[in-house]
Amino acid sequence: MAHLPVSPEKLIEQFGPHLNYPPREGFAGRDEPDKVVKTHCCFCGMQCGIKLLVKNDKVVGFDPWEEFPFNEGRLCPKGVQRYMQNNHPDRILQPLQRKEGVGFTPVSWDEAMEKTVAEIKRIQEKYGNDAFSVLSGVSLTNEKSYLMGKFARVALKTANLDYNGRLCMVSAGAGNKKAFGLDRTSNTYADLEKAEVIIVAGANISETFPTLTHWVWRARDHGAKLIVVDPRVIPLARTADLHLPVKPGTDSALYGAILKYLADHDMLDHDFIDNHTTDFDKALAAVKDYTLEWAEEITGIEKAKIELAAQWWGKAKTSFLLHARGIEHHSKGVDNVLGCINIVLATGRIGKPYCGYGTITGQGNGQGGREHGHKCDQLPGNRDITNPEHRKYIAGVWGIDEKDMPGKGYTAYELIEAIHRGEVKGLLSICFNPLVSLPNNNYVREALEKLEFYVSIDFFMNETARHADIILAGSLQEEEEGTVTTAEGRVVRIRKAVNPPGHARSDTSIILELAKRLGAEDKFTYQNSEELFNELRVASKGGTADYYGITYQKIEDTMGVFWPCPTLNHPGTPRLWEDKKFATPDGKAHFNPVTYRDPGEITDEEYPVILTTGRVVSQYLSGTQTRRIGKLVDLYPEPKLEIHPELALKYGIKQNELVQVTTRRGTDEFPANIVETIRTDTVFLPYHWPGKKSANQFTPATLDPVSKIPEFKVCACNLKATGVISPPSTASGAYASI
Amino acid sequence: MPVTNYRTDQEFFVDMQRCIGCKACEMACSECETNGHESMIHVNYIDRAVTVQTTVQVCMHCDDPVCANVCPADAITKDEFGVVHTANTARCIGCSNCVMACPFGVPQKKETYDLMMKCNMCYDRTSAGKKPMCATVCPTQALYYGTREEIAKMRPNSTPVNNFIFGKESVSTKVNIMMPKGSTSLIID
Repeated sequence: MAHLPVSPEKLIEQFGPHLNYPPREGFAGRDEPDKVVKTHCCFCGMQCGIKLLVKNDKVVGFDPWEEFPFNEGRLCPKGVQRYMQNNHPDRILQPLQRKEGVGFTPVSWDEAMEKTVAEIKRIQEKYGNDAFSVLSGVSLTNEKSYLMGKFARVALKTANLDYNGRLCMVSAGAGNKKAFGLDRTSNTYADLEKAEVIIVAGANISETFPTLTHWVWRARDHGAKLIVVDPRVIPLARTADLHLPVKPGTDSALYGAILKYLADHDMLDHDFIDNHTTDFDKALAAVKDYTLEWAEEITGIEKAKIELAAQWWGKAKTSFLLHARGIEHHSKGVDNVLGCINIVLATGRIGKPYCGYGTITGQGNGQGGREHGHKCDQLPGNRDITNPEHRKYIAGVWGIDEKDMPGKGYTAYELIEAIHRGEVKGLLSICFNPLVSLPNNNYVREALEKLEFYVSIDFFMNETARHADIILAGSLQEEEEGTVTTAEGRVVRIRKAVNPPGHARSDTSIILELAKRLGAEDKFTYQNSEELFNELRVASKGGTADYYGITYQKIEDTMGVFWPCPTLNHPGTPRLWEDKKFATPDGKAHFNPVTYRDPGEITDEEYPVILTTGRVVSQYLSGTQTRRIGKLVDLYPEPKLEIHPELALKYGIKQNELVQVTTRRGTDEFPANIVETIRTDTVFLPYHWPGKKSANQFTPATLDPVSKIPEFKVCACNLKATGVISPPSTASGAYASI
Repeated sequence: MPVTNYRTDQEFFVDMQRCIGCKACEMACSECETNGHESMIHVNYIDRAVTVQTTVQVCMHCDDPVCANVCPADAITKDEFGVVHTANTARCIGCSNCVMACPFGVPQKKETYDLMMKCNMCYDRTSAGKKPMCATVCPTQALYYGTREEIAKMRPNSTPVNNFIFGKESVSTKVNIMMPKGSTSLIID
């Protein structure tokens, strides 16, 4: 059904990505803005404070917001350029309808809504409610995340709702819940400052969360030892005291060996283990054979380095362990996370000043977006959709009968598989670009082509939306009021700076009208975002992610409130677990046994090289926004294949030569960047590009059994030199999204 | 009546160890419309084949600026606060003497404008009591603008150095490079 209506070249010509540069003559009115709006960056989970300069209802520049406590004015290149997404020539300004052989043509909102609702009803009447599905995104505010969850369950009555946080930190969320009963980084990042030892595991902080680097450097000023675990010498690793170049897919072996070393050398906090945890013996039993020699064999890290890391970690009085997608994007992402948590718990260094642990959320509202119920297995307040008491409470808030609330649906990639099987026929997506961000994306494309109806809500025509039947012109972050929750767990205000341009509408108003036309108007009566937030507060009350005591005014007054904040007079909780009472049913932190197993795909004679993926500093996720901002594209126009000189020599690959990369799922060519800063058995590709430049045409859809996160970080590939030296990268590379 | 709010107690400090090569400074600098959206600060890899180490190249604002000394058109001036300004557009003849003379390799001849262009310590901001944009946004504070007391407290293991030895030449600058504690000068060659 949903093949592209015209060639991708024509779609690109019409909708971009085109590059937006500031005008040479400057933005009119920047020196005399109509208003200066204190809000936050629209990109990663740091959610740095920033001031937007507004003139004539357009964002024309930025100023650093030096009073905001986390970043104090500091910004990364994406933050500096974030204002260039506003007033962008590619912006979708009105609803669009696909027309075969023509492309997309404008339609009225009434026509677009009527068609959308008619198709939803047709599909649900013919195939059942669950045959219509929703894929949501965590760049949405908390209010919109909550709204999407309620909309799917109450207005659409479908179980099949999931979100792109599934590709982000769900392994961390699942691990955190198992160990602590609650899913949030334990401390503010300011606690890094006086940690004696910091482990950064699979987190390219300097490129993905650059403003967080400041807090690591401050710790180093106070003498902290920095241990970086990564297959590459990332910028943070350059000056680390210890770099552990782990073989992709073997992380849990490293943490297992460290746990055994800590126990063998009695570097344990016995009081904490005995009084505040469970199952230490089980965790220890699982690693009883994990010697340093064994770990060296599995991980490829010299045992002396592993021993040194264990000693530093074991002897420290204060410490902080941070991880991100590098250990979470695995078919055993939850195991990797639990391996990290086990060594934190074994040394009892949590719930104290300068002692912390946590994941770093990648997407803008990666934290809040995983708390408010647009996840297939979750209800607001981080409640469980299969828990009868949780269901009853939320049904009460929503004013519905609990038996009418759908159950657990498919996770994101499982949903694609269900479309392939013909089980799911319709899709609504918002701020999610699965054709770039899901693994094995040629299979994803085939799924889109099988849909009977697909409606996309977005502000730019992303690669997935090109397959839509209807596109509803939604809103940018700066076009609607709301809140987001930073990676620290700090709830902050997103302030509306400008109105949606043209005939575009706020995302909220679009969803509310769809709900109304689906006959659920009485359940969706919000006049503004604050009313939505106030219902969210009630819905979260008593849940582990309790926002009840947080109000818009309180956030204004304090520049952010940390959850949990259960009552109106509660100050919020910057540091968790200070009372040693964990959110598990027994109030204790739980060790979890982690037994090492291989990644989903291992190298063999046919595919002898490990391919791993990640990010570059100038691009964000699937690039829907950043591949349209000229200066960011100029920094890194197209993906390059990082390869070690030894491996390059083996394959006869020269610098900048096009290399044919082949996996079981696809083959394409990339220019080589020969560098010593990567393991000799591993190549690296950044994953922000689509089509022939896509890293996710290679990655496998092996899912973690618990979190269902795909294994983006490990696949087996083969390399072949083509003999063609690639010309220097140019901005035009960004357009080659075919 | 003062004509400027330039804070003489504040200085510029560059700490290469903290640079992560993100180029936020270049992005921020090139937002300045008086530069024609050109960045006056430059981030470069030392040798990307072997390391991710980057350096920041920013005007050092020499006490005795050789770029100004060799300018045949008197286009480059140093003001009372020690800021070495970019070439006066009415005077610059685009001869590139300054480009060749600068020991730090900072001034660049911009062919688009047929002018030398370089950092002027964000004079539009610093003269209004603000910090230079690059130092304000630098996410790692590899670039810091503040007082000597602040930097001493913040970086106990480092010492600001503003004396550079080029062979037999000694060059002192307004901008400081952070060096290991106790350092007094940086020998370039």
